[in-house]
Amino acid sequence: MPRADLLLELADDELVLGWRNSEWTGVAPFLEEDVAFSSIAQNEIGHARALYELAATELGTTADELALDRRPDEYRCAPLVELRRLEWARTIARHYLYETADAFRIAELTRSADAELAGLAAKIEREEVYHRMHAEMWVGRLQATAEGAARLREAVEELWPAALGVLDEELRPGWTEEVGERLGFPLPSVPALERGRHTGELEELLEEMTAVRRSAPAGASW
Amino acid sequence: MIYEVFRQERKGQAFQHAGSFHAPGRDFAETYAREFYGRRAESVALWIVPRDDVVAIEDFADELGRTYHRVDGYSLKGKLREARERAGNA
Repeated sequence: MPRADLLLELADDELVLGWRNSEWTGVAPFLEEDVAFSSIAQNEIGHARALYELAATELGTTADELALDRRPDEYRCAPLVELRRLEWARTIARHYLYETADAFRIAELTRSADAELAGLAAKIEREEVYHRMHAEMWVGRLQATAEGAARLREAVEELWPAALGVLDEELRPGWTEEVGERLGFPLPSVPALERGRHTGELEELLEEMTAVRRSAPAGASW
Repeated sequence: MIYEVFRQERKGQAFQHAGSFHAPGRDFAETYAREFYGRRAESVALWIVPRDDVVAIEDFADELGRTYHRVDGYSLKGKLREARERAGNA
C-alpha cells in the first residue's frame, strides 16, 4: 500500500473514532469517566493530526484539507469507528477491540524501515498504552458481574465483523487469537466488514464535523 | 470509593493535596489520576490514597491554655534581640 494511503487509513480511523468517543463528553456514565474518555478522544484526534501532517507533506496539501475537505467516499476509515454513539457496553467493546487491534498495527509500524513513520508510531504508542490500560480495566469491570459479562459478550459479537475490518489479513490472526484468549468466549466465524465501504453514519458525522470548516473556508480563528 | 490525590509539582518539592475523585478500584483510580492531575505536565509524581486509609485527626485539646506550646506563644523576635545584645553582637 502506498505510504500516503496507509497514513490516511490510520488518520481517518483515529479522527473518526476520536469524534465518536467525544460524543460521550457530558453524558458518560459518571463524571470521572466523562473526563477520562474525553481525554482519550482528544488524544486520538491529536494522533490523527500528526498522521495527516505526515501525509499532507507527501501529498502537497495540508492536514486540515485532508481531515475536513474530502468527500465521504474518500475517507479510508474502517466501518467499526463510524458507528454512532453506542450504549456503554458497546462503546467499551469497540474501544477494547479498536485499541487492541491498533496496538498490532502500531507495533508493526514502529519496526518500519521508514524512520519518519516508525518515529511517529513510537510516539503514538506511548499514549496508546494508557488507552489500552483504560480499555482493559473496563473489560475487567464488565466481566466481574454476570450482567456485565453478558452485555460485553453481546456487544463484541455484534461488532465483531466490523472489528475484523480494522486490520489487514496479515495481522488479523494474531490479534484474533489474543482477543479470544482475553475475552474467554468463542468469537463468531463471520466474514469481515472490510475497509472501503462506509456505513450511512459516516456521512452524517462528516456533515457535523465539517460544519465550521464549511462556514469559514478561509479558516476560522478563535 | 473516594481517592485523595497528592501532587508533586517539581522533583524534591513536598507533595500537596490536589483533589479527590470517585473510582471503582485502584486501576481506575490510577487512570483517572493521570488524566486529572498528570496530562498537562503539571505534576512529576502523584500519590493516590483511598480516603478510608487516611487517618484524620481533628480534635486538639488545650484545656489549660498552655500558650507556650504554640508557635504564637511568645515573641521570638524580642527574645532573639535580647540574646544578641547579651552576646554583644546586636
